[in-house]
Amino acid sequence: MNDIIKDIEKSQMKDNIPDFRPGDTVRLMVKIIEGGKERLQAFEGVVIKRQGSGIRETFTVRKISHGVGVERTFPVHSPKLAEIKIIRRGDVNRARLYYLRQRRGKAARIKEKRESREI
Amino acid sequence: MAKGLIGKKLGMTQIFQENGTAIPVTVLKAGPNVVVQKKTREKDGYDALQLGFEDKKEHRTNKPEKGHFKRAGVSPKKHLAEFRDFPEDLNEGDEITVDLFAEGEKVDITGISKGKGFAGTVKRYNFGRGPMSHGSHNHRAPGSIGGVDAARVFKGQKLPGRMGNERVTIQNLEVIRVDKEKHTILVKGSVPGPINGIVYIKEAVKA
Repeated sequence: MNDIIKDIEKSQMKDNIPDFRPGDTVRLMVKIIEGGKERLQAFEGVVIKRQGSGIRETFTVRKISHGVGVERTFPVHSPKLAEIKIIRRGDVNRARLYYLRQRRGKAARIKEKRESREI
Repeated sequence: MAKGLIGKKLGMTQIFQENGTAIPVTVLKAGPNVVVQKKTREKDGYDALQLGFEDKKEHRTNKPEKGHFKRAGVSPKKHLAEFRDFPEDLNEGDEITVDLFAEGEKVDITGISKGKGFAGTVKRYNFGRGPMSHGSHNHRAPGSIGGVDAARVFKGQKLPGRMGNERVTIQNLEVIRVDKEKHTILVKGSVPGPINGIVYIKEAVKA
């Protein structure tokens, strides 16, 4: 890619993005403008995919809201995201967790990742 | 009234706006251009500026060209283009940069589109295709090309042939950003031609 384009992309990229992966449970603070006022709305769920790279990278978060599955996709570097907070690290065997869509309740659980202890 | 610049397509990316929407942009290197020749109504029958873009090596320039550039007092240029009725009063040897255009302005961009080779009617003219299964042998064929009473095919009938590699103008693209230091201009949407293809940026005709 051209250096000038790289610079344009770099200037828009956030440097405080935590290292989250598919399977992790995250809490997103989404900026919402309502009646001329800006407020933050939380969206908490499981990351089921990350795709793309650079400024075009996006990720999808799935949660169950009132018994209905809701998925929202955000650009990783979106100015609408005030914060991405990792709540829980998941231990999964694939990069795309589409199988969660067919499962509900206990079957849709994700194992917690056990971090190797430092000695 | 048609101000313009010669530029080069560098590629595409996206820009986030303040409200969070991402807009697709094409990054163009535009200028610096220099005025190589000034044509006037008295001498040439019409008013125009001939602009040059990107230096070329002295030994790749032939004698008549060298004389042409020497007359204007500029170094040899790779690309030359004429812009008629340029609004600003400039003389030979003057430099034109991207600040000719402002953010929010509408521009028309001309380039040579990517060659697609010998293409069928489905790709070339957006014809529909036949059924792919159920015993059909008509997958991407053009279909009927005329009646039996005419006993010939009418001129202009859409048929397979060479596609692309032609001069294409995209009108009314919005200028998103102008960077004077890097001589770049960002326009909303796509632009004809490959990366590093030469484009002509003109003020919009139908703005």
